[in-house]
Amino acid sequence: MNYPKISKIIKTTKETYNVKTIMFDYPGLVTPGQFFMLWIPSIDEIPMSISYTEKDIKGITFKKVGDATKALFELKEGEKIGIRGPYGNGFKIEGKNILLVAGGTGIAMIAPVAEEIVNKKISATIILGAKNKDELFFENRLKKSDIKMFVTTDDGSKGFKGLATDFAKDLISKNKFDSVLTCGPELMMKKLFEICSDISFQASLERYMKCGIGLCGQCCVGNGLRVCLEGPVFDKKMLINIKDFGVFKRDAAGKKIKF
Amino acid sequence: MDEDAGSMQRVFNSGAGAIVTKSIGLKPRDGYANPTLVELEHGLLNAMGLPNPGIDLFIDELKKLKNSNISIIGSIFGSNVYEFVKLSEKMQQCKVDALELNMSCPHAKGYGLEIGSDPKLVKEITSKVKKSVEIPVFVKLSPNLTNIVEIAQSAETGNADAIVAINTLKAMKIDIELKMPVLSNKIGGYSGNAIKPIGIRCVYEISKNVDIPVIGVGGITTGEDAIEYFMAGASAIQIGSGIYYRGIDIFKTICDEIEIWMKKHRYNDLSAIIGVAHL
Repeated sequence: MNYPKISKIIKTTKETYNVKTIMFDYPGLVTPGQFFMLWIPSIDEIPMSISYTEKDIKGITFKKVGDATKALFELKEGEKIGIRGPYGNGFKIEGKNILLVAGGTGIAMIAPVAEEIVNKKISATIILGAKNKDELFFENRLKKSDIKMFVTTDDGSKGFKGLATDFAKDLISKNKFDSVLTCGPELMMKKLFEICSDISFQASLERYMKCGIGLCGQCCVGNGLRVCLEGPVFDKKMLINIKDFGVFKRDAAGKKIKF
Repeated sequence: MDEDAGSMQRVFNSGAGAIVTKSIGLKPRDGYANPTLVELEHGLLNAMGLPNPGIDLFIDELKKLKNSNISIIGSIFGSNVYEFVKLSEKMQQCKVDALELNMSCPHAKGYGLEIGSDPKLVKEITSKVKKSVEIPVFVKLSPNLTNIVEIAQSAETGNADAIVAINTLKAMKIDIELKMPVLSNKIGGYSGNAIKPIGIRCVYEISKNVDIPVIGVGGITTGEDAIEYFMAGASAIQIGSGIYYRGIDIFKTICDEIEIWMKKHRYNDLSAIIGVAHL
């Protein structure tokens, strides 16, 4: 039933000065790329991509950006939150050589995808893009996996100086990837979508959500596709028809906001 | 759904005969903070809080559909006669096919039910709207009333073209672990299968006592539910929560199920069963 299960926070980990991971008991299977609706009592309920997908314990990793995430950031072990889900489709893992491109907090969703690919003995390369080295997280986590990793920062404080998309473009031209999976700022994903015109491509979109179960229509993109239900991951065939992709999103009232 | 052109197009493509838009007001409204919707054992509980982009921006969505053949019923909510009239005129300019006056939202202060529980106000708003537009005007009523028939008659006296019944039932869910209501607005509206008998009773009572058509809504998820509403006196039906229970193709599915039922019971004409339970 789509009703929040009340769970105690088992552990919190500060990943950067403004990014935190929260772990809690929530048994069940999750496909990497899916999300939870997370209820912070008396504050809000927000969609959260799942960063740890173990059988019994799940985790989310998030950045302090608004009132809800600020309140979540302050929660301590033992405090209660409500969780429903997992929702959405998650990434389809296909091909023999996969490139993952994660930008900003998109790293949170891409990390378990990367680990799943490695578990399936598929060759994987990952680009972690951040504004600067202080915004970067999960680098050590991913080092433990058998994955080729590259870091890009806008200011060059770590790894390649520049945009993840520029680095990706170069990498794609020099390698033969069967598939590119991405999560991050929408303009980054749009650029990547254009670069990947002849490679299989999936991107995870983020929209303001209310019900999370396909009823309210708040998160609709394109011709009535519900990001909470038919997404959040869309493949190239669908993205071509989503005219909003990389152009606008909607606020709580449904007003368009340009990217 | 039905707050943007894309989703209206999709619902129409899924077999709906007409689309009722999200209820639209004069100004943009964010609605309430989440949680705004939870599933309960026998239905759905929501308090969205009438979120909408405001009529002026919503018009842009309607314009995108102007070359389509989608029948659109523009749902509007206001806090007084002036707002209802203004919204009706703007909706008519966008060539919607009919209007639905939301006088029944159970959880928005100053709107909906707070208006729809006053027979005089219902009559006044309906009649002023009727005088200012040429398209048909429907009035959507709440079951959270001592006497829904009285309000339906007020709308009829105000020259409404049809009654829509019912909106959701005022309800609450308390989470016993957290010892607090789940919805941020605390009180919400209950929908889904659990409210169907209440909708049936309301449609039955109203259609017996007014001479205008009644559009039935509340807990319809199957063709047989629809048949039951028709027998209670509904000339058409609306589906909302059913999308959750049976997916977006529910419109086509229910139409097929109605047809199967009619064939099995040797009916050729749906109008033969409308209000048949009154006899």
